[in-house]
Amino acid sequence: MKTNFLSFVKKEALHILRDKRTMMIVLLIPIVLMILFGFAISTELNNLNVAVSVQKHTEDIRGKIEKLSANPYFTFVGYVNQKDAETMLRSSKADAVVVFDNEGKMQFLFDASNTNTAMSGSIYLQSVMSEENLSNQELFNLHLLYNPQMKSAYNFVPGIMGLIFILICAMMTSVAIVREKESGTMEVLLVSPVRPIKIILAKMIPYFVISCINLTTILLVSRFLLDVPLSGSLFSIIFISLIYLVLSLSLGLLVSTISSSQVMALLISAMVMMMPILMLSGMIFPIENLPSVLQPVPYIVPAKWYIEAIRKLMIMGLPITAVTKEILILILMSVVLVFVSLKKFNDKLD
Amino acid sequence: MKDIVISVKEISKVFGDFTAVDKISFEVRKGEIFGFLGANGAGKTTAMRMLCGLSFPTHGSGTVAGFDIRKQSEEIKRNIGYMSQKFSLYNNLTVWENIRLFAGIYGLSKQETKQRAENIFKQLDFEKERNTLVASLPLGWKQKLSFSIATIHKPEIVFLDEPTGGVDPITRRQFWEMIYQASNEGTTIFVTTHYMDEAEYCSRVSIMVDGQIRALDTPANLKKLYNAESMDEVFRHLAREAKRGE
Repeated sequence: MKTNFLSFVKKEALHILRDKRTMMIVLLIPIVLMILFGFAISTELNNLNVAVSVQKHTEDIRGKIEKLSANPYFTFVGYVNQKDAETMLRSSKADAVVVFDNEGKMQFLFDASNTNTAMSGSIYLQSVMSEENLSNQELFNLHLLYNPQMKSAYNFVPGIMGLIFILICAMMTSVAIVREKESGTMEVLLVSPVRPIKIILAKMIPYFVISCINLTTILLVSRFLLDVPLSGSLFSIIFISLIYLVLSLSLGLLVSTISSSQVMALLISAMVMMMPILMLSGMIFPIENLPSVLQPVPYIVPAKWYIEAIRKLMIMGLPITAVTKEILILILMSVVLVFVSLKKFNDKLD
Repeated sequence: MKDIVISVKEISKVFGDFTAVDKISFEVRKGEIFGFLGANGAGKTTAMRMLCGLSFPTHGSGTVAGFDIRKQSEEIKRNIGYMSQKFSLYNNLTVWENIRLFAGIYGLSKQETKQRAENIFKQLDFEKERNTLVASLPLGWKQKLSFSIATIHKPEIVFLDEPTGGVDPITRRQFWEMIYQASNEGTTIFVTTHYMDEAEYCSRVSIMVDGQIRALDTPANLKKLYNAESMDEVFRHLAREAKRGE
């Protein structure tokens, strides 16, 4: 008598297919996140409103203002009196005011309530307005490699990949396993001659398939919608993603063994897995900016290694040999996680 | 004796310094309806888990369906059916999908599955519900379906853990008719219940108190022994002695 493993996988697939809303979310989340991070949320500077206050118009000043209005990053919103400058900033009608004094010297007033805008804006404004003065000096020769246009999508795509797979593999599988514990069906399965490992595998397979679909959509969206170069070999990107998928699945199993309810599984996934990825993986904030106490933490966040590797492969276009270290660390982490979670799962059974 | 299907000798289960099951011994014969009674916390579930191959006894030995409960839990699992009070089918699968899944788990062929599914539909008058999601069935129907599915692979023994909890009297009656039928066909029934009228239906009854079996006989003999009118009285007489709470 041999149990039919496929009938199990079929059942898990049916569970997912029946729950149309969840399935839509799972399949659409990557696309929504990509578009959100790729277009809407960007750290690039656009349409900075600049007002100008001038005491005495000169040819030189006029030239500068023309240059300012022609620049796509700035919007020239008009002339103001020097004493109205602050009102302008306060009412948010302008993000910056350029004040020319009698001698034509410049002063920049910046609304620094948003530090990011103020930082990069002031530097850029400075360089635009003083370019002429610099023209006869020797300039730095600046080359921005790998992402010459400084597009934030290039930065976010690897991060989103690190996030999505944890979200779908770890969170969804842990919830799916705990759901069976909650509903009592797990007990029936355990009394049946099915080996526990098979129950778990059957649960993971559909989520693995969904993640592979997601990987495809992510790669397609980033290539054709966000114009991310995908300069590395596709094979190595997929290879390392598959390792990461296995790792995420075993994380999900681990979470399921320590949680007693679906809510708990969700919370653990969100707090213990998602937050570190967002905060500590270098996805949004550079690891170097972390306080020194937290500096070592990212090294144990699997997503950090994955994101770093994907960045190297996708954006920098390095060969797979350049990410050997990341691959080895991810494999090591997966092995440990698979081992620990299976052990915990088996212990739990008795 | 050939027709003994469950036989345990002095099995115990100890968790830390708590003895959940304390040296219980009994035998169950083929085709019997064996009532396994006890207050909450008396150790019924733990004992049942050991019989089903879900946990190993700390001490003692025994066989279920002819297999050693220590060494052959896989074989045991293949030869028993199990149904618990907690509803144990998949709500978001249809009746037919549930049947197909469990038939698949027990390795039935396609043809067998189809044939047994037809039997179930006929027996329960379920033909119309074939493609209904189990979630939308009334509880009583679910429990009957659950029992049919627990016995789909024609196991030697079926373990029923409070199978009629929360079910109305009429459906309970029908449920017991199903149990009788299975027993007549030679399936051994091992059932726990809190309904004492159900205890009266059993061929033999054991009553557990504080991890030990205090009484084991036919309902008629037990009533005679304790000079009681009903099983309810017998049970209360014994359960009163319990020292540990829930």
